[in-house]
Amino acid sequence: MKPFTYERVATPGEALAAMDRNPGARFIAGGTNLLDLMKLEIEAPAHLIDVNGIGLDSIEATAEGGLRIGALVRNTDLAAHPKVREEYGVLSRAIVAGASAQLRNKATTAGNLLQRTRCPYFYNTDMPCNKRRPGSGCAAISGISHNHAILGASGACIATNPSDMAVALRALDATVETLTPDGAKRSIPVADFHRLPGDTPELETALAPGALITSVTLPQPRGGVHIYRKVRDRASYAFANVAVALIATVEAGRVIVDRLAFGGLAHKPWRVEAAEEVFAAGGDAKTDPIADLVLAGATPTEHNAYKLPLVRRTLAATLGDARKGGMS
Amino acid sequence: MHVKLNVNGHDLNCDLDPRTTLLDALREHLGLTGSKKGCDQGQCGACTVFVNGRRINSCLTLAVMHEGDAVVTIEGLGAPGMLHPMQAAFIEHDAFQCGYCTPGQICSAVALTDEAAAGVPSHVTADLCAPMALTATEIRERMSGNICRCAAYPNIVAAIREVAGGKA
Repeated sequence: MKPFTYERVATPGEALAAMDRNPGARFIAGGTNLLDLMKLEIEAPAHLIDVNGIGLDSIEATAEGGLRIGALVRNTDLAAHPKVREEYGVLSRAIVAGASAQLRNKATTAGNLLQRTRCPYFYNTDMPCNKRRPGSGCAAISGISHNHAILGASGACIATNPSDMAVALRALDATVETLTPDGAKRSIPVADFHRLPGDTPELETALAPGALITSVTLPQPRGGVHIYRKVRDRASYAFANVAVALIATVEAGRVIVDRLAFGGLAHKPWRVEAAEEVFAAGGDAKTDPIADLVLAGATPTEHNAYKLPLVRRTLAATLGDARKGGMS
Repeated sequence: MHVKLNVNGHDLNCDLDPRTTLLDALREHLGLTGSKKGCDQGQCGACTVFVNGRRINSCLTLAVMHEGDAVVTIEGLGAPGMLHPMQAAFIEHDAFQCGYCTPGQICSAVALTDEAAAGVPSHVTADLCAPMALTATEIRERMSGNICRCAAYPNIVAAIREVAGGKA
């Protein structure tokens, strides 16, 4: 690990001021991803600003009937919150589908949104990576791309976003509340928060440099059946090959899709509004036509073309779960 | 940099490079070598300790981030002659071979019963809103952050079931 200086701050304002004094510093909260990357010197901040003491660790009702989740709420506490379990089940399900209990006890809401890809070429500092060293090339495209993106990728980067939580937040139309370096409030819909790689895969989010996430807001609950089905290389504690977040209602055995988003397929959570619109317009669709909409424009590699049939089968299983009204 | 930790009930003062993880502070500076360094990247769980009552990977947190925090390691759970019931159950059920992962396994095992009682769901929980019974399936899922290279898993589950009382 490269040497760094360290300070604790007590308020969001102090956090922004500390960042202003130390350009290039990093905020640290749970640290479960940042410290991992610092050990490998993929991240090498000269200064760490510990924000664990600034509050922002509660979950509160909003005037609009939703929930405001503090940036420092731990993943475990978010998944276990009674309101979240009762009314935003897809979010509880997504969180406990990721990582391990030890990591979820430490990792925060904001940190989960900001976690970096687990592309093995991003992690291997001997290899080129446009995300880690812009302009150096992408070793994954011609390398082992078993768990890389099939949607929204570019000639510069085929990495995926590893978060399960973010997929649920995308299905729920969450908003990321931030403070810009000058202290102004800025709301970013989670739809716009994560970026596609394009020619600048090093730019992963819409968060302004030096800005601080303060909370994530959920709109009113949508009701319905909430399902998060995750397929991975082993039964637990692994990143998704394909994950499906589904909110649906069931009428006389017919599944009416309300919200549909995927993880494991792209550089950002992959919401499929085209599929939702079929149902919103009063139409109906079976698994394969929906999957065709999901996979429109897919660009699989030799190693991850298995995700095409896996998306269909996982979607079919998820719709089957919904029909039974249950979890997966 | 100075940091004061409460470890296993004792206030301890250390002067540490800010880069020192909590795990290295415990092992290298405080002589508490029960917590083990396996992968040093949060994947194996051998470094699991309690901080303010919750299990975490001590390899993925800096010691200076825990000023004033209460840390409990395997040494604080029990000792020869006064074993924690989970330690006794691991011996009774032969829940280890080489023993390297065992301190982390036991800390996780103790923690998971508290987590289930507090309503924390897991990936295999059928009903998010019902009381959570610690079935063998639940125990396996809730222990998935602790790897045992000797694969003593069946006996680890048996030991935990005895203490957690989940006979389902």
